Amino acid sequence: MLGGATLLAILVFVLLAAAFLRRDPGDAPARPASRPALWIGWLGLAMPGAVLTVLLGYALVVGARTLPRPAPDMVTVGVEARRYAWAFRHPGGRMTTGELHIPAGRPVDLSITATDVIHSFWVPRLAGKMDAIPGHTNVLRIVAAQPGTYRGECAEYCGTGHKDHGFTVVAHDAAGWATFTGGAR
Amino acid sequence: MKALRLHREMDAIWRTEPGWRGALRSVNHSDMGKRFIVAAFVFFSIGGVLAMLIRAQLATPHSAFVGPEVYNQLFTMHGSIMMFLFAIPMFEGLAMYLLPKMLGARDMAYPRLSALGWWCYLFGGTILIVAMLAGVAPDAGWFLYPPLSGKQWTPGINSDVWLLGITFVEVSAMCAAIEIAVSILKLRAAGMRLDRMPLFAWYLLATAGMMIFGFPPLILGSILLEVERAFGWPFYTPALGGSPLLWQHLFWLFGHPEVYIIFLPAAGAVSTILPVMARTRILGYGALVAAVMAMAFLSFGLWVHHMFTTGIPHMALGFFSAASTMVAIPTAVQIFAWLGTLWSGRPQLKLPMLYLIGFFIVFVLGGLTGVMLAVVPFDAQAHDTAFVTAHLHYVLVGGFVFPMLAAAYYWLPHFTGRGRVMRLGEAAFWLIFVGFNLTFFMMHLTGLLGMPRRIDTYSADMGWTWLNLLSSVGSFVMAFGFALFAIDVGLQIWLGRRYRRNPWQAGTLEWAMLTPAPSYNFASLPTVASRDPVADTPDLCVRLARGEGWLGEARHGWRETLAVDMVTGEPEHIAILPHNSWLPIAMAATLGGFFLAMLAGLYVVAPLFLIGVAAIGWHWGWTQGRRDDVGTVPAAGDRCLPTAYEASGTTGWWGSIFALIASATLFTSLLFGYAFLWTVAPNWPPPDVISPTWWQPMLALAGAGAALAAMRRDAAAPALALAGQVALLAALVGLLAFALPAPTTHAYAATSAAVAAYALFHVGIAVLMLAFLRARIRAGYVGGARRNEPRIVRLWNDHAAGAGVVAMLVLAIPGWLA
Repeated sequence: MLGGATLLAILVFVLLAAAFLRRDPGDAPARPASRPALWIGWLGLAMPGAVLTVLLGYALVVGARTLPRPAPDMVTVGVEARRYAWAFRHPGGRMTTGELHIPAGRPVDLSITATDVIHSFWVPRLAGKMDAIPGHTNVLRIVAAQPGTYRGECAEYCGTGHKDHGFTVVAHDAAGWATFTGGAR
Repeated sequence: MKALRLHREMDAIWRTEPGWRGALRSVNHSDMGKRFIVAAFVFFSIGGVLAMLIRAQLATPHSAFVGPEVYNQLFTMHGSIMMFLFAIPMFEGLAMYLLPKMLGARDMAYPRLSALGWWCYLFGGTILIVAMLAGVAPDAGWFLYPPLSGKQWTPGINSDVWLLGITFVEVSAMCAAIEIAVSILKLRAAGMRLDRMPLFAWYLLATAGMMIFGFPPLILGSILLEVERAFGWPFYTPALGGSPLLWQHLFWLFGHPEVYIIFLPAAGAVSTILPVMARTRILGYGALVAAVMAMAFLSFGLWVHHMFTTGIPHMALGFFSAASTMVAIPTAVQIFAWLGTLWSGRPQLKLPMLYLIGFFIVFVLGGLTGVMLAVVPFDAQAHDTAFVTAHLHYVLVGGFVFPMLAAAYYWLPHFTGRGRVMRLGEAAFWLIFVGFNLTFFMMHLTGLLGMPRRIDTYSADMGWTWLNLLSSVGSFVMAFGFALFAIDVGLQIWLGRRYRRNPWQAGTLEWAMLTPAPSYNFASLPTVASRDPVADTPDLCVRLARGEGWLGEARHGWRETLAVDMVTGEPEHIAILPHNSWLPIAMAATLGGFFLAMLAGLYVVAPLFLIGVAAIGWHWGWTQGRRDDVGTVPAAGDRCLPTAYEASGTTGWWGSIFALIASATLFTSLLFGYAFLWTVAPNWPPPDVISPTWWQPMLALAGAGAALAAMRRDAAAPALALAGQVALLAALVGLLAFALPAPTTHAYAATSAAVAAYALFHVGIAVLMLAFLRARIRAGYVGGARRNEPRIVRLWNDHAAGAGVVAMLVLAIPGWLA
């Protein structure tokens, strides 16, 4: 996507520069507008049309892959945001604040909501954002490939404490996960 | 010598009075245009200073320059000022100044409305700035999401300042939108068919149309939020059946078209300036018009792309993602049409062209990052990070500020009649261009490194330090550039030498007059046979000044201009425009009193100001018109035309149509809100609060039917229609008093009351207008060939009847179903 965008930008800039650098015909009388089909038909309509169709198809496929589809080894965690903390309800009923625990290598569905204002759940290395909205529950699918800790933050402006409204994600290996949940899957 | 005599006579009719009196009473479009532009630049400077404070704060990690309380006000005010007090008023000012001149008219369609808009803008903007200086500026972000902006989490008046101040300013935007649309459609030169119209007018026509549909959702959302804050009607409170997402839909339903509302006028300036700089005609006039219309249409299908992370289903995301990428196509058509124009001409690198090159580079990059953000999985990561901040600045600065700078240098000789003094403009360009890219290119990178928007500090170990410092340095370089620009413009205004007319050899009509422009624009109005009338007839300016065109005679003290058929440009009648007046400033001050009373929480006092508004409105309408027929009057040679008093399809009629479309859009948005809450909120409506109701709907139907039928039978006998509207009014009041639950109890009750209030408002207006019409008939203003006022009142009567019936049905149906 970045490469394509760069190419298109270069195309426009080269055409722009060339318009000025072409051999100046001096004081020849102004010419009528020339070759509208090339400029408007091909460059204006056909080219972006083709590029965008491909891009859009790709985006839909990638987007569909991140959807929370049912899976046999799926884990569900409740997430509740408030000013300025994150509370997590794990399988087996264990509650934590500021620290989300998940099993590595398994799909985790987060049911995200908020109690006061709108926040947004974001762990950059695991998935995109999902807003935490009072009165609504949104589901976000995350997968941590490796055990470890990941940083999460609030991505929706929520007031004076917004910048410190972060949390940590701990991804356990199978044994660690069993210890954490006390045996619940 | 004839030209000089004509100039004196015309100027005596059209001029602005000297001194304070003129400053307060002027309704002239050139005055209003210049005031809007200067004020918008002042607000731009204030917004710019706020931006510098933001960058000073972010320059280093753990900065203690300002705390989060102040920082939150800084970024909220920066965004709000730039959007509402700079960008929109700036192009409104340019449009007001240029459109009549480009279209070959003497003023805009409603000069007093221009002046009203100006005062509303000035007063509303002042409320925001004063609040900021007092330390109670809005601090919930420029899109003011509830619940954060609601009473519980923002208990002070900060959010009220935004809601009331911005809504006050929006009154001016709505005035401008209606006025621009009608002026373009009706007040053009003879023979200026739609396909001969300057592209700038096409762009502004699309913009005005978008404003008519785009602003009502924001105005509605703001009214609802203010009512929730002031009176506790829980539209956005989830615990009582509301939803914060309703605000997001209403806000972005406005907010996305808003981006194109800002871009299109600037693109119109590009399409005007660029062919002149390339010494050729524009390539693909028809394709550009089609692209602009497509853009205006598509832009209303994109709002959800600001809400990709709010948990909307994937298929819906796909639709809005497709619409968002699709809008790149009309943009590409325009970009390549402009490039093709440059290729087919012989471009010269004059100063306006230099700024246009800046526009090309910055805007294309912004457009490309925009396509990236339209891709949902990418947006899920980049959303609410500095990447988005960078993208929107590339689009808005590239798509608006650079073209406006080009426009400033292109049209400055028109405003001043003077040439440049020193070559500061080039230096300013390089400072702005380099400074801008340094600031915002870095922010793409900080965003991709995960820096969220709207955080006041960060720690050094995040790795954002150097990029932020470079951004901050860049922003100060850019600020120096803008300062240099301001100095350059000032030098030209005060020290520039008198310069030749039409320095660029442009072909559009605004150059067929003296510069600076005389108060009446053209001593006589041109006949147009192509898109570049000045290029066709090199001595057009002189011939018009000698009175050789239409309406080249100063008579009766009338401010005359030509009204034409919308499509063909065939002259239809003579519009007679109002003179300078106290009414606009009095109306704006009374409205200001209402907004200040609301802000101060004086809810008992506030309605008194609305009564004042109605009284001034009555007087406003009363001062126009005649008690006798004048018949047709000479317009050009032996062609005679009727005056607007005795014509149909007047600007007043068309203005009412557009005003009612805007109002109906607001009502539709409200009904959308009603349906939205019904579907997303559980237990909606709560069964225990609704009960069937019968007499009110019956009375409403009977009243509306009587009103409709009466105005159809004889619009000049409004007594029965008045009775019908009063019955409808009684039915709505009866519904509110006896059938609907108290609005504070539940979002259902609040929304229902809002629907009823909308209908009540319009029925109230219809009652007033029908009473006005009765008084006008008795006073002799309606009669003979003077049938215009009944036609206009009928429109408002019909709309009120329709809105009353729809509201009544919407509110009665839940009871009947229960």
